[in-house]
Amino acid sequence: MSHPYLGLTDDDRSAMLATIGVDSIDELFRDLPRAVRLGRELDLERALTEHELAAHLTELAGRNVDTTRELSFLGAGIYDHYVPAVVDAVLQRGELLTAYTPYQPEMSQGVLQAIFEYQTAICELTGMDVSNASGYDGTTVAADACFIAKHATGKARIVVTEATNPQIRQVVKTYAPGFGLEVVEVPHSDGTTDPDELRAAAEGAAAVIFQQPNMFGCLEPARELAAAASDAEALGIAHVDPLSLGVLEAPGAYGCAIALGEGQAAGNFPSYGGPHYGFLAARQGFIRRMPGRIVGETVDTAGRRGYVLTLQTREQHIRREKATSNITTNQTLLALGGLVYLTWLGPQGLRELGETCLALSAYAKQQLQERAGLELVFSEKTTFKEFAVRVGRNARDVVAAARERGVHPGYALGRDYEGLDDVLLVAVTEKRTPDEIDRLAEVLAEVARS
Amino acid sequence: MKLIYEKSQPGRRASLVPRHANLAAAELPDELRRRTPPRLPEVPEFELVRHFTELSTRNFGVDTGFYPLGSCTMKYNPRINERLVALPGFASLHPLQEEDGVQGALELEWRLQEILAEVTGLHAVSLQPAAGSQGELTGLMLVRAYFEDRGESDQRRKVVIPDTAHGTNPASVTMTGYELTHVKTDARGNIDVDDLRERVDEHTAALMLTNPSTLGLFDENIEQIAEIFHGAGALMYYDGANLNAVCGISRPGDMGFDIVHINLHKTFSQPHGGGGPGGGPVAVRDILEPFLPVPVVTRTAEGYALDFDRPRSIGKVRGYTGPFGVFVRSYAFMRTYGPRLREMSEAAVLNANYVLARLKNAYELPFDRLCMHEFVLSARNLKRDYGVTATDVAKRLMDYGFHPPTIYFPLIVPEALMIEPTESETKETLDAFCDAMLEIAREARESPELLKDAPHHRPVQRLDEVRAAKQPVVKFGFDAHPDLTADRRPVAADAPKGV
Repeated sequence: MSHPYLGLTDDDRSAMLATIGVDSIDELFRDLPRAVRLGRELDLERALTEHELAAHLTELAGRNVDTTRELSFLGAGIYDHYVPAVVDAVLQRGELLTAYTPYQPEMSQGVLQAIFEYQTAICELTGMDVSNASGYDGTTVAADACFIAKHATGKARIVVTEATNPQIRQVVKTYAPGFGLEVVEVPHSDGTTDPDELRAAAEGAAAVIFQQPNMFGCLEPARELAAAASDAEALGIAHVDPLSLGVLEAPGAYGCAIALGEGQAAGNFPSYGGPHYGFLAARQGFIRRMPGRIVGETVDTAGRRGYVLTLQTREQHIRREKATSNITTNQTLLALGGLVYLTWLGPQGLRELGETCLALSAYAKQQLQERAGLELVFSEKTTFKEFAVRVGRNARDVVAAARERGVHPGYALGRDYEGLDDVLLVAVTEKRTPDEIDRLAEVLAEVARS
Repeated sequence: MKLIYEKSQPGRRASLVPRHANLAAAELPDELRRRTPPRLPEVPEFELVRHFTELSTRNFGVDTGFYPLGSCTMKYNPRINERLVALPGFASLHPLQEEDGVQGALELEWRLQEILAEVTGLHAVSLQPAAGSQGELTGLMLVRAYFEDRGESDQRRKVVIPDTAHGTNPASVTMTGYELTHVKTDARGNIDVDDLRERVDEHTAALMLTNPSTLGLFDENIEQIAEIFHGAGALMYYDGANLNAVCGISRPGDMGFDIVHINLHKTFSQPHGGGGPGGGPVAVRDILEPFLPVPVVTRTAEGYALDFDRPRSIGKVRGYTGPFGVFVRSYAFMRTYGPRLREMSEAAVLNANYVLARLKNAYELPFDRLCMHEFVLSARNLKRDYGVTATDVAKRLMDYGFHPPTIYFPLIVPEALMIEPTESETKETLDAFCDAMLEIAREARESPELLKDAPHHRPVQRLDEVRAAKQPVVKFGFDAHPDLTADRRPVAADAPKGV
């Protein structure tokens, strides 16, 4: 029986074998030594029809408790922001969805122009001069930036703040030995990083990585941290939430050399952690050290404007072992989702979304203190859309108890930080409503011991 | 066509964002507040949809037509997979959700791991790497961790790579701090075993090999190669870029490889998305299992779980458990084949050999053997006789409605045309492509200018790549956007296009 994803009939196969000059399909594999052939059928479950497949995966999906089934305040790096229908509509265009890297620009002006527009949007958001076409996610772009910093400065140490998301720190530490880099962490002091402590640690370092807002949701003294890096002649690298940049200052404006971040919040579903896109932007001087694809504008032989992959002598397919990175396949489709999303928001929408997150999370702070009797952990610090509260007992138990009441109250910070076992990190996106926040306060009043 | 920024007008918008007038506006210290708003586009929703729809019409995907881009495995991407990945239970699932709330996701990951272990003939799988090149990097980190554990990391500094390798292989070697040892290709397109013997010793950490190679040829000496490496105490790494040739026919584990990365976006049909996303899981032999990235998905009596407590792990190469949406699509794809994956690979190899047989008299064939799922021709004869290059052939193919093959790769074949038809084509399509290639070879002889000026029917003609690199314009300049129609320069020199 012919498989729906295969196209040859028995007659086709016979005719093709005759053209090739062999008698059987088996003969096509005659170069394979006997000993390395499988010689049996793969031990896999039988092929499913589309009907069976849909039923099977729908059943699996149904055993997950996603953010449509639980009132969720869970963030810590991946956020439940709204993804508009226009994103789906564009990403499902087969001409974009099923194309590959635009090696042949005349066949790929659509994707190339879109990436050029994406690079522009990322530069505008971050206040930087040059953006690549995307990295894998918000963790790997941090590792990419370390590679840039090492080669730009010739130094062998990276400083990262402890208040940076642990997922990012772990990935940087995994990559570092191969780059010949040592990673040093600077502790936080009451939820943010002390610029003097950072300055001391940055002495002799290639770069300083901090997150804005940081893992605790607190706003770092970004200008002072960037200055601390500059004072020590280390590159200042800010890991930023793209959706904060309508209200929060851009890294380019407070003196960072490189800005990067996790793009998920801007236009991608949480999707259990991926695929998303990491964005990476830098000042002009780093353009030839950037990893990955970059699209540039040019003209065709008739003088018409067009777009091509450019500065390719940085890349592995040409420079091989001397390349700035090994990245090939990136996250173009998700970055395109990001461009569509940012276009949908526009500058006004982005600012309003930021204001709404600020207002809702301020309301949540107030409700959790007043109605649930909880205490803010870093009460002196300004936050954006996420904040830490003490729940009076192990936060993981509070999460479990709240979930029994249909509310996921946030992330138990004790999963990553010693001494914060009783702390819950609560994320409030624009999708939440004051009523939903009231419900969170009500549930935490029941399950948290304060 | 205008850029979205050139369609923008202040005051227009495509979205309304929830606002809560009854809530107090939050306070934000002045020094943290943004001063200059980002110049994002300002368009109504219908302009947004029209703009991106128009962009899509200036692009070519597998859904548009035949896309034989060698080594990229541009196969059909089933539509059901797009519907499934969008199920709220997958799309809206948070990666830090508690384990009891992600049992369906973990079961899918666990099942995918099991299938990949069976297809590769290896024991344990990490799904975490985000793409093939990150799978390579992860593989080399596993090699390093393995030798560190054995106290041999200072001694073993070299990684052996054949001259046919993808550029990602040497780049990954650099990124993990290893040194490169190159090995030559012999007259049949296999690794030169005599050359290899001289280069492998107690300082060798690993081999990185694509098999079938980027020439589309299965290395006939693979058993000997495995003996040489294992005999020297080194490991064997399999670049799974070409796994589409051998599913259900031959397994890397059975060939002697210890580590394999699988390109889910190639062999297992994650749509390539204009450049990504991909997925690059690694499968390993049991001796390497302790070093896999955290977390590892496990099955216990109570259900599925994430194991973070792995003291010998290399760490994390990406956030969370990996690109989950890619797993959904690839898992769905593999379940629609099951054991019939063998038919998929057989069709891919049959299609490639058929196209090869029809074209090999019109173009040069550097290695005259049966091929696997792809093959490499050379336009050297056309260049010598008519001054027509691989680029010219590629551009002319566009006029016939086909995406060009990969060109100028692998580097050891001059004027290379690397053709991979994949399994998901009809004989009629293959014939139409062969007819076009033969017609182009005739045109090269009779009217070479037709090729040199091609393409004639695309939204743009050949683009000036030299200029793009010399005077980089990598974002819209708003008020001061350059007038690029001012001066003209000749088109760029040749570089690999594909892979």
